[in-house]
Amino acid sequence: MGYAILGLLKKELLALLKDKKSRFVLIGPPIIQLLVFGYAATFDLNRVPIAIYNEDAGEASRELIARFAGARAFREAGRITRQAEIAQFINPKKALLVLHIGQEFSRDLSNHRPASIQLIIDGRNSNTALVALNYAQTIVADFNRSRAEEQRLPRPAACLEIRAWFNPNLASRWFIVPGIIGLLTLVVTMLVTALSVAREREQGTFDQLLVTPFTPLEILIGKALPGILIGLVESSFIILMAVYWFRVPFVGEIGALYLGIVLFLTATVGIGLMISSLATTQQQGLLGAFLFIVPSIILSGFATPIANMPEAVQTLTLLNPLRYFLVIVRGVMLEGLPMSLLVDQYWPMAVIGLTALALAGWLFRRRLY
Amino acid sequence: MTMSARHVPLSGPSARRLRLLGLIRKEFLQIRRDPSSIAIAFLLPLVLLILFGYGVSLDAKHVRVGLVAEKPGPETSDFLSAFEHSEYFQPILFTDQRAAREALARRQVSAIVRLRSDFARLALSGQSAPIQGIVDGVDANTARLVSGYMQGVWTQWLQRQGDQRAEESTQAVEMRQRIWFNPAVRSRDYLVPGLIAVIMTLIGALLTAMVVAREWDRGTLEALVATPVSVGEVLIGKLVPYYLLGMGGMALSMVMALYLFDVPLRGSLWVLLLTGTLFLLAALGMGLLISIVSQNQFVAGQVAIITTFLPAFILSGFIFDIGSMPPAVQAFTYLIAARYFVAILQTVFLAGNLWGVIVPNALALAAMAAVFLALAWRRMPRRLG
Amino acid sequence: MTEVLRSTANNTAVAVEVTGLGKRFAVDRRQITALEDITLRIRAGAVSGLIGPDGAGKTTLLRLIAGLLAPDHGTIAVFGLDPVAQPVAVHAIVGYMPQRFGLYEDLTVQENLDLYADLHGVSADLRQERFRELLEMTQLAAFQDRLAGKLSGGMKQKLGLACTLVARPRLLLLDEPTVGVDPVSRRELWLIIERMVAAGATVLMSTAYLDEAERCREVFVLHASHLIGRGAPDEERANMQGRCFAVTGANGSKRALQTRLAEQPGLVDAVIQGDFIRVVTVDPVPPGLDELGRDFPGLRVSPVPPRFEDGFIAKLKPRIAEVTLGKMAAVSAPPAGPGAAVIEVHDVERWFGDFQAVKRIGFEVRRGEVFGLLGGNGAGKTTTFRMLCGLLPPSRGSLRVAGVDLRRAAAKARARIGYMSQKFSLYGALSVRQNLEFFASAYRLDNGRRRIRLHWALEEFQLTAHADSSSGDLPLGHKQRLALACALLHEPEILFLDEPTSGVDPLMRRAFWSAINALAEQGVTVLVTTHFMEEAEYCDRLVIMAAGSVLAAGQPQEIRAQVRRPDLPNPTLEDAFIQMLHNIAGSDVGSPQESPVTGLQGRRRQTFEQP
Repeated sequence: MGYAILGLLKKELLALLKDKKSRFVLIGPPIIQLLVFGYAATFDLNRVPIAIYNEDAGEASRELIARFAGARAFREAGRITRQAEIAQFINPKKALLVLHIGQEFSRDLSNHRPASIQLIIDGRNSNTALVALNYAQTIVADFNRSRAEEQRLPRPAACLEIRAWFNPNLASRWFIVPGIIGLLTLVVTMLVTALSVAREREQGTFDQLLVTPFTPLEILIGKALPGILIGLVESSFIILMAVYWFRVPFVGEIGALYLGIVLFLTATVGIGLMISSLATTQQQGLLGAFLFIVPSIILSGFATPIANMPEAVQTLTLLNPLRYFLVIVRGVMLEGLPMSLLVDQYWPMAVIGLTALALAGWLFRRRLY
Repeated sequence: MTMSARHVPLSGPSARRLRLLGLIRKEFLQIRRDPSSIAIAFLLPLVLLILFGYGVSLDAKHVRVGLVAEKPGPETSDFLSAFEHSEYFQPILFTDQRAAREALARRQVSAIVRLRSDFARLALSGQSAPIQGIVDGVDANTARLVSGYMQGVWTQWLQRQGDQRAEESTQAVEMRQRIWFNPAVRSRDYLVPGLIAVIMTLIGALLTAMVVAREWDRGTLEALVATPVSVGEVLIGKLVPYYLLGMGGMALSMVMALYLFDVPLRGSLWVLLLTGTLFLLAALGMGLLISIVSQNQFVAGQVAIITTFLPAFILSGFIFDIGSMPPAVQAFTYLIAARYFVAILQTVFLAGNLWGVIVPNALALAAMAAVFLALAWRRMPRRLG
Repeated sequence: MTEVLRSTANNTAVAVEVTGLGKRFAVDRRQITALEDITLRIRAGAVSGLIGPDGAGKTTLLRLIAGLLAPDHGTIAVFGLDPVAQPVAVHAIVGYMPQRFGLYEDLTVQENLDLYADLHGVSADLRQERFRELLEMTQLAAFQDRLAGKLSGGMKQKLGLACTLVARPRLLLLDEPTVGVDPVSRRELWLIIERMVAAGATVLMSTAYLDEAERCREVFVLHASHLIGRGAPDEERANMQGRCFAVTGANGSKRALQTRLAEQPGLVDAVIQGDFIRVVTVDPVPPGLDELGRDFPGLRVSPVPPRFEDGFIAKLKPRIAEVTLGKMAAVSAPPAGPGAAVIEVHDVERWFGDFQAVKRIGFEVRRGEVFGLLGGNGAGKTTTFRMLCGLLPPSRGSLRVAGVDLRRAAAKARARIGYMSQKFSLYGALSVRQNLEFFASAYRLDNGRRRIRLHWALEEFQLTAHADSSSGDLPLGHKQRLALACALLHEPEILFLDEPTSGVDPLMRRAFWSAINALAEQGVTVLVTTHFMEEAEYCDRLVIMAAGSVLAAGQPQEIRAQVRRPDLPNPTLEDAFIQMLHNIAGSDVGSPQESPVTGLQGRRRQTFEQP
């Protein structure tokens, strides 16, 4: 039996990798997408244009403006002298935000009166707006604190010190790049498996396979293993890139991560093969792959937290293997979670994978025509 | 039977009209017979918009925060009650820090606020009592929002204390923000319009990526090329039906955005429809080009998957801010038609008819549509082989 | 070959003139020559035939004339027009039906006609009249609203033809219009073609059926990108006069006699035909059979009129390296006694939704038999075949192969059968050797046996030279050989062959059948499907299926005898098939009016001249 499966495995790998074009499809796009998306997908603001509308002539306003202009998140896009000009910057997106300092600013400050400044933010992308606001608040709070220290003002009754665990600088790349590991691994395994049975059906070789002494279990193993192997190689490569190119920390155990990868691959390969054996044509297989990939990325917590989703949708995400995998990659890489704390992520993927594989194997023989 | 003698075929514009109408009618009949195109045009936006519209939100609400009062008393509960009344938080009480940290590691809470046992003593004695806040930084975006909320709770508490000193040292400069176009900062208001662009990218490519490749696969293109139809007629014959279908899908998406998700429309509908047309032409043109170049459904489908969803999702500015990307990656985004449409959609829905945004982006869309269609026209085979 | 173009010398009008035509294709950076230095003229107002083995360049030539491809060398003139420079003008007068007929299967009959009328600019006032005419001619009027994809193979072909005829083309180019079509529909297609010619059209068609070539005014033979012969079928036949003989008296051992005859020197061809073996000699003298007299007492030789096919074989055989698949190594002795039934089919039905594809059929195949399953497209033979192989469960009834139901049997039972599917389903990306290795592991051959069988397969099927090339790039004949090698690698007792000779040239078909004969002689049971009626003669017994039912079963001569009538003293199997179709009512395959059974007026019909 082992020898026969080896033959099946060799055949699958040859069929996938011998042709130069299909080899490229499996290797080229994931690398390009990792590089582009790794840099593109970030919630951090970087040199966002800010326009300054300063009506105050004092020293304090200059100092505050310097703090804004010096922050990595912002870049000065221009100076404004009239109220009407604000729209001219915000509307065509020449500036994401406008810092407006009134005439009384320095005077109020030196008179120990609250000095107010105004921040006008383009809310068309409300998340970017909120993040920008957050940065601005931090700058203003820092300004206040250093001023309080300078002037030896009494300290408040309580002071809040916030530390971010696992990602002290709150670099969202640390969050996103491990997510991309899951995304691309998912896409690649789907490309490998979602068409494999459908293609053999269209070419007639699946019939040939079914009349040989292979049992459905053997065919299933022969079909699933190549997907898992390619997925393993591909995800290992992406992990190496994440750690050595994008400098994402890796604080956990490799074993905990690889257990997760193997289970995740089992689940996605199972679903891919299920789609593939349900489909009668490659076109249906592709459409099926697509209909699986899109929602599972959206509902995975890759970009938007699952916790923000409504109850019903959160329940739906329980069927999504990517959701568990993302917790594992991020947990192991950034937080160093041990295997024992990830059990709740492992077993659902194992259940999904075994169920899907069993269904696929059952469909091999039932689904004809 | 007598075979009538050679016929004199119609010629000139009337023949051209006949051929075009024939091709368009054929395509519509095929669409009607195989409902998968209709499913792509109408079911896909319906499902995706509902999933996205209801499922996806960047607004952190009901964040589970672990509150640790090491020595509970009136002062601590006064401070912590602010968390209990905030819609942003869902507090879970702990009595010691170890348990709270454990909960954070197990992802049961995403943040911890810890009041040490000496909190009450320090706060009342005029010294500054430290409040320790810990956020789970793995999801940096959420972490930032949560720490912002925490800061808000803290400032409010100071104000309630009537603490003059605090006012001076923490509020010397007081920032007032005005968020234009979306004062309530509802992320749905910007996600849904952007989503329309992502969905239309999928629809445009899925509708057309297969249609020419399918005629290759089924051998009907061979028969078509042998008739007097021109390449332009074949392309228009493909474009018109799927354009109408795609516009139907777009109209459905817009209706859902306005009436189901209550996204305000501050600009005018005709601008949306006009720019939507340009965008759809670009998306359909790209699909046609993929289809023509690939010549078989398998490759066409693979290329469509790789080039549509993820790029439109990540590089269009729909969710990630383009301005913050490195310059090389920003340059890359200029190739993504969705980026122009996302800018137009977010502006027209939330800000109004701002021509400074609409015109350049619409021109870019028109140029992309022209390039894709011209390439499709050029690469469309006049003959086989 | 130096044919004299007598036919064109005194010809009045030339429809197509091809001069020095050459065409190459690039496949994976390799240049493949599809056509080289083709010069020919197609006469106007007649049917011309294009024949040759698969891959000879027939389709490429038709596409070039239709202006679908641009030539690399040479010129083409279609009624004086250049298809490359004046595509619109050429497309307006040329009707082209590709191999897959160019029908939109998801449109109805009427919608397909509408579309082609639109595309050809047929004005509204002409249209109704023309549609009526075409629908009547193709007998599709009753099916106007049926989806083209739901038509039978023959009806699809007729619709495809009707669509090309909407514009009344002056030149009709038909690419293998009759492949896979049952004999009745083939005859109806010919009726339509001849009508068009009578109305003044010129027809150029490619075909794999040599008896069809016989109906053409002039025939062009393509082989390996070259035009190797041309002429009128009558002339071809005249050339073969005195070289064709029937050998009778083999009694039960026709196959053994044929095998022996094929090895005789001085013979070009030996095929089973009805009750005798038809032989073609190298020289116009009767074959000397003294040597065979010992084993086959009572052999008689009598001359028979030559057919076009005889000339074709005589012409091609010297050009092609002899392919023998006959000398198979001994297959392991099957356990069942001789004559025992190894395949049993009882009351089997198969439904697809509310469509009954197979209607309560039953038959038995005995050990060592070559058993044929015949029928046109949609007759239910592929469904039956798939049920036998365990690929499809029957809705009712029982099927047993070697005593077990393959669908439920243990995997081990499948090791006793060999299977070769219609499309020679190999892994195209894998090399010849890798394919063989894969099937060796699939059938769990141990190391020693694997080495022996791999060597055997490469040697016996003459694949050694191609062992490392991708099987997808092999010519069709090689693919077919490799597929058979894979199916025989594990020395099966029972061999299932689905349309093994479809699209394969006559020479390769002969080699293939001699291989099947050799296997049968060794006790292997062979179940084969085919739509070539003459191949059915090679079977020991056969079943003819139509519309899901068994029309007839038995030995070929028994089936032929069933339709013998005074006006049809020596019917062929094809005659029998057509006659039986007429006898079943309610079938939409046959057509009672203008019965083609009695032959086409003014056309030579092929019957066996009983010696």
